[in-house]
Formats: sequence, structure tokens, C-alpha cells
Amino acid sequence: MYAALWRVLPGPLWLRILLVLVLIALVLFVLATWVFPWVDSIVNSQESTVGTP
Amino acid sequence: MSDANPPAAPVESRRERRAARRRRPVSVIGVVGEVLITGGVLVFLFIAWQLWWNDLVVAGEQSSAANQISQEWIGDAQAAGASATPTPSATNTPTATPVQPAGFGTPVVAVAPAEAQPFAVLYVPRYGAAYSRTIAEGVGLNVLNSPRLGIGHYPGTQMPGEVGNFVVAAHRSANGGGMHLINELQLGDSIFVQTADGYYTYRFRDLEYVQPTDVGVLAAVPHAPAATATDRIITLTSCNPLFSTAERIIAYGVFESWQPISAGPPAELAAIIAAQAAG
Repeated sequence: MYAALWRVLPGPLWLRILLVLVLIALVLFVLATWVFPWVDSIVNSQESTVGTP
Repeated sequence: MSDANPPAAPVESRRERRAARRRRPVSVIGVVGEVLITGGVLVFLFIAWQLWWNDLVVAGEQSSAANQISQEWIGDAQAAGASATPTPSATNTPTATPVQPAGFGTPVVAVAPAEAQPFAVLYVPRYGAAYSRTIAEGVGLNVLNSPRLGIGHYPGTQMPGEVGNFVVAAHRSANGGGMHLINELQLGDSIFVQTADGYYTYRFRDLEYVQPTDVGVLAAVPHAPAATATDRIITLTSCNPLFSTAERIIAYGVFESWQPISAGPPAELAAIIAAQAAG
């Protein structure tokens, strides 16, 4: 999977590394902006009150 | 120019290696393994995001929202003071009500607002000079997770300054972590509650660790629901241990003094409010 992605990337080694870093940054941005808030709203793992089960 | 020849050989061999890799059949196990590793990394990323990144972001939002509402109340009081100019007649008369430390009489007790409505700001200098959080009615996640609230008041418990128990809840970690440092409170630490009416100073007394089901801490006299309250106390509840919800950590504070908002905040709090308003 990742090997195929690496092969698809164009250009010399330094450009490929740069592209991979940009892709990772993009993925992290999407995760932090949309995916993680949505997951957080579902899991509700944080409960800090007494009385409520 | 002179280096045109030397790189040619490695490029050639790299292309060959790449071609050899392309000929290799795609392994199903390999792809499954990569997907599983990716899933694991995503879970760790989510936890890191929840506990550190988002925690910091929400903490900043909650703090600035609290500063804003605090400044609004101070501004309102100044506007009212400019038009009315209240006379603090009972302030220095020793014959007024007996044993009122600050000399402002019995503290004003507000009526609890509707659910999720903010009515107070909490300052705990032990949590840091930049710490302030808005207290709203109700302890649902709509209050505790809100970027403009953060601390919830248990409905049915007393209000700030009222005889009995003013009980609030906040997260220990994540979503602003309003009670992250609750275990570091020390005897006598000040706990300030600001409302539209004034400033209520409490002094931290002790910690207690209870089961999540122990509603005794919410009683007007904690753990003695049948007793008649004579003291004014504040109770902070949060999760324990850190990063877990197995137990609850409870911090009790005892009421010390009250002063109306027109009289300005207590000295320790005045510096904090001024610093927060400035930056």
C-alpha cells in the first residue's frame, strides 16, 4: 500500500520526501479539523461528575 | 557539467530496482498489516489530539470566554455605579450584622439560571495566574465540553455565598481540563467565584476521593444529607486518577468573605483579573 504510493510519487528522492511530508501534514490537518472532533463527540469517554452512571 | 556522468549509474540501478519491485505481486497480508498499523497510529493520534492539542485549544477558548464575561460584569457595575453611586453605609459600622469578616454583610445569593446559562467565573490561583473558567448551570457535556463554558454547577445544590454547598464539576483532562491541577491544591489556597453581584472568596480545606456513584458530596453538609447546613462551602468535583474515570476527586473549600462587584475584587484576585484583561 505505502510502497505503491511511494512508486506513484513523481520526481527525484528529495521531491518525493517533500511530497510525503506535505501529504502527512494534509492528513493530520484533516484529522484534527474534522475527523477527531467528530470521533470525540461520539465516544464521550470523559465523565467527571458524581451521581451520573 | 563534470558531474553529469557519475550520477547516471545510480539512477540507472535505482530504476532497475524500482522495476523489480513493481514486478513483485501485491501481498494481501502486507496490505492488511499496513492497514492495521495505520489504524493503531490513528488511535494514538486521536488520544494525543484529545489530551494535549484539543485540550490546549479549548482551554484557551474557555479562558478568554471567562475573561470576557468577567469584564462585562465589571463594566456593567461601573456603568451602574456612575449613575447610582451606592453608599456603602454598613461597610465600616461594627454594630451591623455580627461576625462578617469583610464587612459587606450577608453575601448576595443569586437565583440559579436556566440550564447551560453562565452565571459565574471561577479563579483558582493555584491552577495558574492565567486560569479562569465560566461556571454554567448543569453538569451535562453541553456545559463541560463547551469551548465558552467548561464548569458545571450541579442543579439543586446551593449558589455562591449561600449557606450550604456550592458544587461544581469540570474535566480533569481533555476539553480544557478545568480541574487538571485539582490534586495540587494546598490548605488555605484561595478559590474565587465572581458573579454579576460580587466576589466570593473560599479557602481550600481538603481533598476526598470517592466512588463515581457517591452523591453524598453534593449534600448541603457533605455526606450528611439530614443535617442542617450552617456553613457556606464550595465543592469541586473531577475525575481521578488522571486520564481515568474510575474514581472522583473532591475538593472542599470554606467561605471566607464576600464583596460586591462595585467594591472591586480582593487584592489577590485584582492582580489576576487585571493581568488577564491585559493579555
